[in-house]
Amino acid sequence: MEINMTFLGQMISFAILVWFTTKFIWPQLNGAIEERQKKVAEGLAAAERARAELKDADAKVAAEIKQARQQSTDIIDKAQAQANAIIEKARVEATEEINRLKAQAQDEIASMAQRAREQLREQVGTLAIKGAEKIVQREIDPAAHKALLDQLAAEI
Amino acid sequence: MASEPQGGLTEYIQHHLNHMTVNFSADHFWFWNLRADSIIISFVLGAIFCLWFWLFARKATSGVPSKGQALIELIIEFVDTQVKDTFHGDRRTVTPLALSIFMWVFLMNAMDLLPVDLYGWIVTTVAGPEVAHHTYGRAVPTADINTTVGLSVAVLIIVISHGIKAKGGFGFGKEMLTAPFHAESTGAKIVLLIPNLLLNIVETLSKPVSLAMRLFGNMYGGELVFMLIAGLMVSWIGFVPGVLFNTAWAIFHILIIALQAFIFMMLTIVYIATAREHH
Repeated sequence: MEINMTFLGQMISFAILVWFTTKFIWPQLNGAIEERQKKVAEGLAAAERARAELKDADAKVAAEIKQARQQSTDIIDKAQAQANAIIEKARVEATEEINRLKAQAQDEIASMAQRAREQLREQVGTLAIKGAEKIVQREIDPAAHKALLDQLAAEI
Repeated sequence: MASEPQGGLTEYIQHHLNHMTVNFSADHFWFWNLRADSIIISFVLGAIFCLWFWLFARKATSGVPSKGQALIELIIEFVDTQVKDTFHGDRRTVTPLALSIFMWVFLMNAMDLLPVDLYGWIVTTVAGPEVAHHTYGRAVPTADINTTVGLSVAVLIIVISHGIKAKGGFGFGKEMLTAPFHAESTGAKIVLLIPNLLLNIVETLSKPVSLAMRLFGNMYGGELVFMLIAGLMVSWIGFVPGVLFNTAWAIFHILIIALQAFIFMMLTIVYIATAREHH
């Protein structure tokens, strides 16, 4: 247990060691560690940000889908209403047309019936006169009784 | 020490406790003895540490680290965490200091786990038994008081320079004279000058002494126990218990090796931190 110059030598060794560590080992490794810590922290922050952004985008997409669905429903409703209106209008028009045509046909029928009646009346008059002529040919003077026969024809 | 051969375990241990000594003066004054084994082994271990860490520090990447870099970063972060918890200030010089102490002391302590007769066997095999008989060598530099004193005195110088740097030369000197006993009046202050100075000197000197003696005692004792166990293994009766004791002691010693390195590092940080505090 003697203390001799060995301890001076060990002090010098130690000094060299500390100098080397301070100069060549610690700054590089600590720099790398700190830079990595920064990188990791940035990465975590970026991930957090991306997650928030994704959440926002999801909400936006959901809102947009909802809006689009609403819009399409509106369009369908409108189209349906329009179609109903068109159908209704067509029905009304058709009914009117039918009614008009019916009225026209009825008018025509009425006028034709009138005409036929008039013709019939004339022919009945003539026929009656002819019949009557035949029956009373010998005793009736057509001229004397023409007024009576005309009156008869008018009454038919 | 082993000048007169006595034979047996005593001679074996005394032989193993001799250092490889070189003397640099004509009259062989004891101070000029240089323990070559301590110097060389500790220097080689320090160089191994430097080379190992430097190789990884050179290509240190902030990206995905290799396994070797991860191991080194683990050690560095462990040391840096200890420093951060104790010392609040600029760590750019303190952490490398703590790292050097921890790794160097750890490696030197770890030499204790090499078989006690490995060196003797190598010398005997290489140079023959005649050379081996006159060649001494001890494997554990920290079991040499010179190494631990060298370390602790260097630490003391660093601690004092930290104190002077933090308080200035005048402030440091003033604190040596006015703390730990404080007084209000000038007369009382003058009376307390001498006790304060004496107490501070004792306090300052106790730091390196306790650092050096603790590490030296642990490692020297550990080495001695290994030698005693090795002596047990010489006989056939003692062989099996010898192996068992050796294993148990080696496993326990792993703890001591790391613990003593850690304690030395930790106390250095604490001393630096207290040196920078104002009283």
